[in-house]
Amino acid sequence: MSDPVDQGLRSELQKQGIWVTSTQELYNWGRRNSIWPLQFGLACCAIEMIATAASRYDLARFGGEVFRPSPRQADLMIVAGTVTKKMAPQIVRLYNQMPDPKYVISMGACAISGGPFKQGYNVLKGIDRYIPVDVYIPGCPPRPEALLHAFMELQRKIDAQKLTGQGKASFLDSTQPSEFPVPAFGAHDLEPPSNPDLFRPPVMERT
Amino acid sequence: MTPDPYFFIVIFCGVAVIFPLMPLALAWLWRRVFQPPRPGPAKNATYECGVESIGEARVQFQSQYYLYCIIFLIFDVEAIFLVPFAVAFTGLPMGAFIAILVFLLLLIEGLVWAWSKGCLDWAKAR
Repeated sequence: MSDPVDQGLRSELQKQGIWVTSTQELYNWGRRNSIWPLQFGLACCAIEMIATAASRYDLARFGGEVFRPSPRQADLMIVAGTVTKKMAPQIVRLYNQMPDPKYVISMGACAISGGPFKQGYNVLKGIDRYIPVDVYIPGCPPRPEALLHAFMELQRKIDAQKLTGQGKASFLDSTQPSEFPVPAFGAHDLEPPSNPDLFRPPVMERT
Repeated sequence: MTPDPYFFIVIFCGVAVIFPLMPLALAWLWRRVFQPPRPGPAKNATYECGVESIGEARVQFQSQYYLYCIIFLIFDVEAIFLVPFAVAFTGLPMGAFIAILVFLLLLIEGLVWAWSKGCLDWAKAR
């Protein structure tokens, strides 16, 4: 992270009891410590998510215990479980209805790629086909520690987001899209099967 | 010189106005300077658990429902009176029996009246 204040000067001042910060730092500090997830679970991963939020693993330590039942108040969407093709439009719509800045954690093998149900006719092969994912957690299901780790990774990501300048966060840029097209049910599959602006299937290179 | 005792109320009112206005002003400034609003049709749509909402949110209930509730309430209260009467029936004088009969008669009369008015027809032909 580029620091506008000299690190040595800052620590010197801190020893004297003066805390120097910037708007960006303060803003990111506030945001990363109050990530409110959207309260919804799709499958067994949601049970792990519930366990993470409960007292034993205590997501509240990271400021993320306030699960909101409405997307209007949520910052984070934890896609916890198998995304069926029936459910995918709803998830994309919920994501669209969340206010900026918003983040997505793709939790578990199913949300990443369809997981063990990848061959299923009704399973979406990864939620990143329609919405941008910030953190992927592998596992089937991932343990609560893994979700906590993803949370910490997300906090690191938020901390590194710039408020102004060239590489500022995309949600601050009015030219970037704020919503993503909601897929519709086609004759055989969801239409479109993926968002071409967002999703590029990995290409196998043979050498 | 002591300030006017009402002066503190003026200060209090000032703080009460500034306190809520400050975050609003800050949010407005934030929007102007850093985060331009990016609304869209999906974002502004009614939240309906992710499903597209159908029809109007305004629903009218029939007044019939209210009438039903009232009639039910009357007979509910009747049961409350009748049970202790039935329990103590053998030890009661003749007057008590007549009194409860009058009470029942009044309620039955009411029921007949409501029935004849058509209050018990759930789906009334208009």
